[in-house]
Amino acid sequence: MMNLLVIFLAAAFTENILLARFLGMCSFLAISRQMKTSVGLGFAVVFVTTFTAAINWLLHTYVMVPLGIEFLEFIVFIVVIAAFVQLVEMIIERFSPSLYFSLGIFLPLITVNCAILGVSLFMLNKQGFGFWESLVFGFGSGIGWLLAIILMAGIREQIKEDKIPAGLRGSGITLIITGIIALAFVAFSGMIK
Amino acid sequence: MTFWIAVGSLCAICGILAVLLVIADRYLNDYGICKLIINKGAREEEVEGGSTLLNSLNSTGIFIPSACGGQGSCGLCKLKVTAGAPPILPTEEPHLSKEERADNVRLCCQLKVHENMELEIPEELFNIREFNGTVESLENLNHDIKRLRIALPAGEELDIIPGQYMQIETPAYKKTPEPVYRAYSIATDPRDKTHIDLVIRLVPGGICTTYVFEHMKEQQTLALNGPYGDFRLTDTGKEMIFIAGGSGMAPFLSMLAHIQNEGITRNVTYFFGARSKRDLICLDKMAAFEAALPNFKFVPCLSEPMPDDNWDGETGLVTEVMKRHCPDLTEMEAYLCGSPGMCDASVAALTANGMPAENIFFDKF
Repeated sequence: MMNLLVIFLAAAFTENILLARFLGMCSFLAISRQMKTSVGLGFAVVFVTTFTAAINWLLHTYVMVPLGIEFLEFIVFIVVIAAFVQLVEMIIERFSPSLYFSLGIFLPLITVNCAILGVSLFMLNKQGFGFWESLVFGFGSGIGWLLAIILMAGIREQIKEDKIPAGLRGSGITLIITGIIALAFVAFSGMIK
Repeated sequence: MTFWIAVGSLCAICGILAVLLVIADRYLNDYGICKLIINKGAREEEVEGGSTLLNSLNSTGIFIPSACGGQGSCGLCKLKVTAGAPPILPTEEPHLSKEERADNVRLCCQLKVHENMELEIPEELFNIREFNGTVESLENLNHDIKRLRIALPAGEELDIIPGQYMQIETPAYKKTPEPVYRAYSIATDPRDKTHIDLVIRLVPGGICTTYVFEHMKEQQTLALNGPYGDFRLTDTGKEMIFIAGGSGMAPFLSMLAHIQNEGITRNVTYFFGARSKRDLICLDKMAAFEAALPNFKFVPCLSEPMPDDNWDGETGLVTEVMKRHCPDLTEMEAYLCGSPGMCDASVAALTANGMPAENIFFDKF
């Protein structure tokens, strides 16, 4: 149990997928302009990372390793993510229209979010991760991404009216702020030895 | 050996996922037969659920105006949906005002039919149809205005109310990568049910007008749909004022023909604004109407007559001439057709002389 908590905290804070690895930047830069959409996309990412990490772990452990085809992990993981997102979209549309309409347009966007693929690939680098560890790792990474985009959306809404030098407006200032937040996140490394 | 295992397992994984998706689609996307209850039960249609409301209505023969073909960019396909609609979608938001949201107005190209729906469709939309007409003639009325006469396909007839408009499709050409639709008022005598006349002024740089002036040929086919619009004559019997210049004459040609057909004896004065003599159109038609209708007067007004025009008619802005002719407008009605600027100026002049705002009807373009 303690072990799972450590995995979660490490994934969400010290090894934050966005602030430590800088993955999933494209949708982060594009969407973080507004708080409402950021929260929507953030939760969609949490949902998809958690389940694709688990599915990919199962596929890797029970199909790819026994057959000796681990080198196919990239292509298999991408296909699984794409199919999973499609499936989730259909299920949500059917059973929770209100959730579909708030999340719906972000789901297809996630298919090509490299943070999702990153989570599945990093999970394999961790020694001795079992099913539950992978699930928690995926969930923690998603929460980390959600945290980062909410932080950024909050800051961007604050600085909307500020006089930013013309050359830095838009993604320029966003990248600088991302760097500063990333430095702040380094402080979390003391939390987990 | 590894190669074949790799290819085989990849194909197997992709195949399993594809089958899963197909099965999911089969069961999850099946909404069964849904009922569309239109205008409080005046009409009921049964459609297969799962596709957009616009397409579902189309499949039952109800044609809702849409210029963008269901992409959610033109905002023309607005309908009131009172039951069975999910919350407003992000793709609808830019097109709906606060009042429209409170009034359950939706874009029917974005809405999917997932259950029984109750909706309201204006009666006149039931008459809207699509045609592939033939350009019968293309005639210059002056230096920048043409009359386009379109014959409907053999055997087709269209009932119009004078004042309504049609949309014509400009096919893709060098100015536009995709077909665009533009609306023009119908200038046809309503008794002629097999033709549509449009009066079109060349707008510099305009996509559709440039096409009509430079590329259109007689005998070519032209897609059009309609009729639309609620600009029409009232039956109050009040004296009427028409104000329009240039191609704004179109609806009045149709209205005057209707007045003549029906033997309506209301007093009508038509103030036609133009810059100089070369901008006037259809003077012979107007003279014919004046001869046939003792209560009709045509008043062309030139704002900047040229020296060699030898103009002895009214001069000045059409709004000023109208104010001079009709000092008291409290018991009259006005019909305007023109640009928003011209309509607003006319409304200001009309209300200044006492016309109640509810007696002013216009067709802004």
